[in-house]
Amino acid sequence: MANIPENLRYSKDHEWVSVDGDIATIGVTDYAQHSLGDVVYVDLPRVGDSFATHEAFGSVESVKAVSEIFTPVAGEVTEVNDGLNDAPESVNTDPYGAGWMLKVKMTNPNEADGMMSAVEYEEYLNASE
Amino acid sequence: MSVENLKRTPLNDVHRSSGGKMVDFGGWDMPVQYEAGVIAEHLATRERAGLFDVSHMGEIWVDGPDAIAFVNHLTTNDVSNLDDGQAHYSALTNENGGVVDDLLVHRFSEDKLLLVVNAATTEKDWAWIEPKASGFDVKLRQASDDYCQIAIQGPKAASILQTMTDTELSSIKYYHFTTGKVDGVDSIIARTGYTGEDGFEVYAEPSKAVQLWNKMLDAGASDGILPCGLAARNTLRLEAAMSLYGHELSDTISPLEANLGWICKLGKGDFIGRDPMQKLKDEGLKRRLVGFEMVDKGIARDGFEVYIGDERVGEVTSGSPAPFLKKNIGLALVPVEFAKTGQEITIDVRGKKLAAVVVPTPFYKRQK
Repeated sequence: MANIPENLRYSKDHEWVSVDGDIATIGVTDYAQHSLGDVVYVDLPRVGDSFATHEAFGSVESVKAVSEIFTPVAGEVTEVNDGLNDAPESVNTDPYGAGWMLKVKMTNPNEADGMMSAVEYEEYLNASE
Repeated sequence: MSVENLKRTPLNDVHRSSGGKMVDFGGWDMPVQYEAGVIAEHLATRERAGLFDVSHMGEIWVDGPDAIAFVNHLTTNDVSNLDDGQAHYSALTNENGGVVDDLLVHRFSEDKLLLVVNAATTEKDWAWIEPKASGFDVKLRQASDDYCQIAIQGPKAASILQTMTDTELSSIKYYHFTTGKVDGVDSIIARTGYTGEDGFEVYAEPSKAVQLWNKMLDAGASDGILPCGLAARNTLRLEAAMSLYGHELSDTISPLEANLGWICKLGKGDFIGRDPMQKLKDEGLKRRLVGFEMVDKGIARDGFEVYIGDERVGEVTSGSPAPFLKKNIGLALVPVEFAKTGQEITIDVRGKKLAAVVVPTPFYKRQK
């Protein structure tokens, strides 16, 4: 069973968001990393780039495939996880920790409230299996 | 195609119960990877041993006094050079000198050959080969359902397999084979593979597949053997720069363009596709397969376009991260004038032109 921390919000594209004031930290879920397989490269945007909700902000590449990743909330990138350049496998080993991807200053600080809770995301996963 | 319509090897249940992530591969329900993941599986094969279910491959027996003449008529390599117990890599060519499939030809005796062809092309190959037998004194048999095939590959493969057989494996040279018992099961034991490592491909009755698979995993456990899926099979063969049909080879790609001149014995006498190949050789190749390494960060994938400056000059036939070499590599068909080591190229990676450089192949060569 996929690990789904209770304190995060989730998107249907299998991204997670952790909110601190108007800053959202974004990554992909344990379910997503498991589906992707061994991650070997993460292509991230630059600090200062702005994204609309559900816009592709980068890509995650595993040995076998590439998947786009989407911003679940709109805003401006304030920080990206440079550690993924040298250790992209963190997305597999620690998707909710060292595998975080970017921080966004949200245009609407309440936008993440509309995302799924851990319980809802678990139901969503169960329903889509 | 829905899962129910996919073909299954005798190891299907074993793959599913041992965490294999199953995919549709050319109409077969096959594991793309197991729990360990493609990188761990790839490294296990390079450093220790990997076990692969290749039962989906097709087998065709050619029996009769004209067996050698017939297969020489169909394929590019010279079957008359084979000794009993020897195998070679070859290509089935069409009238235009393109490739119907690549295959292994095993000589059991002068009137008995075994062809091993790709899974997805087995039916196409049979439809191509079968009608051409008229005029030859041969009997053909599509025998794919008679065999499971398990590949045990890697530096520990021989010592692991040796614990299961009285056949002296050290006496089987590379690209040779013998028949013998493996764990008491009548088998063909061939020192062949598709990984760039030493190893064996074992053919046996399908009902014995689970026994052989489990026994090989047990026998190799202390050496760290891992079951490997198709993803690792692909990255291993790509590091070794071995061709994959449908990628480096196709109905419209000449084996000469794919650097397979060494299996094209144009002087052996007439065979299907010989004349257009000779013409291509005489006139000079227009394009050739090259290996490349990414210089910029990023991964070139199958089908991506290759550029020199603003000009599109070719296409990536296979591209992937290389787990052992820890580089992003690929093969591409490009005009011959750019097919030289050190040539700088760019590859369109989803709209970004990324730098790469032509390098010698194979990317990986095992230390003997």
